[in-house]
Amino acid sequence: MNQSDLDTSPVRSGYSLIELAKVDKVYGTGQAAMHALRGVDLRIDAGEFVAAMGPSGSGKSTCMNILGCLDTPTAGDYHFQGVHVGKLTRDQQARLRRHYLGFIFQGFNLLNRTSALENVELPLVYRGLPAARRHARARKALEAVGLKGWEHHSPGELSGGQQQRVAIARAIVTDPIILLADEPTGNLDSATSREVMNLLTEFNRQQSITIVMVTHEPEMASYANRIIHFRDGQIFTDKKNGEERQ
Amino acid sequence: MIGNALLLAVREIRRNAMRSILTILGIVIGVAAVITMVTIGEGATVQVEQQIKNMGSNMLMIMPGKRLGPGLGTSNIQFKEVDAEAIARDIPSVVAVAPVATQSVKAIFGNQNWTTQVTGSDNHYFTVTNRSIKTGRYFTEGELRGGAAVCIAGETVIKKLFSSQNPLGEKIRLQNFSCEVIGQLVAKGQSTMGSDQDDIVVIPLHTVQRRIAGNQDVGMIQLSVRQDASTEKAQKDIMALMRERRHLSPSDDDNFTVMDMKEIANMLTGTTQLLTALLSMVAAVSLLVGGIGIMNIMLVSVTERTREIGTRLAIGALEREVLMQFLVEAVVLSSLGGLLGILLAIGASLGIATVLKVPFIFNTGIIIIAFLFSAVVGILFGYFPARKAARLNPIDALRYE
Repeated sequence: MNQSDLDTSPVRSGYSLIELAKVDKVYGTGQAAMHALRGVDLRIDAGEFVAAMGPSGSGKSTCMNILGCLDTPTAGDYHFQGVHVGKLTRDQQARLRRHYLGFIFQGFNLLNRTSALENVELPLVYRGLPAARRHARARKALEAVGLKGWEHHSPGELSGGQQQRVAIARAIVTDPIILLADEPTGNLDSATSREVMNLLTEFNRQQSITIVMVTHEPEMASYANRIIHFRDGQIFTDKKNGEERQ
Repeated sequence: MIGNALLLAVREIRRNAMRSILTILGIVIGVAAVITMVTIGEGATVQVEQQIKNMGSNMLMIMPGKRLGPGLGTSNIQFKEVDAEAIARDIPSVVAVAPVATQSVKAIFGNQNWTTQVTGSDNHYFTVTNRSIKTGRYFTEGELRGGAAVCIAGETVIKKLFSSQNPLGEKIRLQNFSCEVIGQLVAKGQSTMGSDQDDIVVIPLHTVQRRIAGNQDVGMIQLSVRQDASTEKAQKDIMALMRERRHLSPSDDDNFTVMDMKEIANMLTGTTQLLTALLSMVAAVSLLVGGIGIMNIMLVSVTERTREIGTRLAIGALEREVLMQFLVEAVVLSSLGGLLGILLAIGASLGIATVLKVPFIFNTGIIIIAFLFSAVVGILFGYFPARKAARLNPIDALRYE
């Protein structure tokens, strides 16, 4: 897979979406070395909604960052649709994120003093879309998260739930094949948390966007159809969530 | 990609309008200072050239003594009236010769007093210096020979001593004698050196010698050469004549100086240009300081926006796109500063030119140079912070608190 493939190719069939093989992640060296991940094997297929749970320091976030090509494993391989991510350059990884991944953060990470519309447009700016198409798609994404009419409000003028929905709009505006959500409801109250989870579920079911979500709230995890428990840098349990998994 | 970077940079600048303005202030002032200095300096140079042209380039001045180097000079043996007479007699290309003796004297009329330059000379003085009388009359032969107490005053002196009164026929007091005002000079304005040429009282040479200086010295001889004659030739002839009159042997240095207006002109424009260059250099330093200001703010901005950069990298910004965004941001900021500086400079130069009565010369070259320089300052000082931003590790940037 070369750079132009990264720019254009749609979902590649015949490969698992995500495949981690014996992935280690070590922070620091020698005595101070901290093993965040120890030999993690993980396979995620297209269309899944996976919740990663576990106490802090269990490695769930580190695993998520590796999946998002934001961090690189110390050892082991990560294949994304059959592509060996470890062998990609920094720019190629950026292109992979740009075209396939959407990120949702606990802290929303919106640009302040910037309108919701401009925030949602941002990934499209990096894709080099002309202004008119950019606006149209950003408006559509905002509408999809129920923020029609809020286009010109800046994050400071929006509630936490609204801000997270803007962030979700920004993540889905590029039509990613996978959404990576790092504690998306961590800063929200339970009512807004449920709204956000409903949105995510909707995207997962109707647009078959694969979702990997880190959370430590069992209620939020229950929206997923597969729950992975991390403990001490290893996958402790990996279960389907009831009958919802088809 | 530049288009995108421009869009993002402009959004960023708009987002932090106040900080952006403060950031570019250094550049604004630097650019404005450079352009203003150059504009005013050029105006001054042109003015000097203009004034010298007005004075007539066929004027020569002979002064006692000669500078041989810094702090070195010959003895200052003063001229006498006969030297001027000899030049008038022996140098055919000379039109008029005026021996001049100048003293600074307090002039008093009624309860007003004013310290002015009293110039002792004869009627040739007016021919040589290209001046004429507005009201009244010139000196008579008798007044000149006898050293009469009469004077022809410049406009400034008249204004200071006689507010609205007609000065003609009135007596002003010069040091220790009373002196009748017989004429008023046509105003001439500022000289090339910046002195007021109308702050002058002309009286007969003998009057200065007898009543003020108390000697027979002539401080300077001014003369004009016929328009069609060469001033170089006249200068050479005068030098030969003066050397002969002063009994200088061929091995002796001249102990007098013959100055051509052309030389004075070159000297003055040279000085003005040097001053302009020096001041512009000082101003250029302030432009550099302005650039450092931009770098400073950009570095702070990179640190402050670390999480934002992380977000941008996470949603797929390439390293060079982040670099370009910050670089373009710095360049747009500094160019904006350059533009504002140019506007400020045009306003300031117009104002200063009016106050200093210097012609305003719009120099497109320096404006383009200053603008390009400000843009280059942006690239130079924006590159380091931009690279710092682009090289951030996405996950470190995202986790940055």
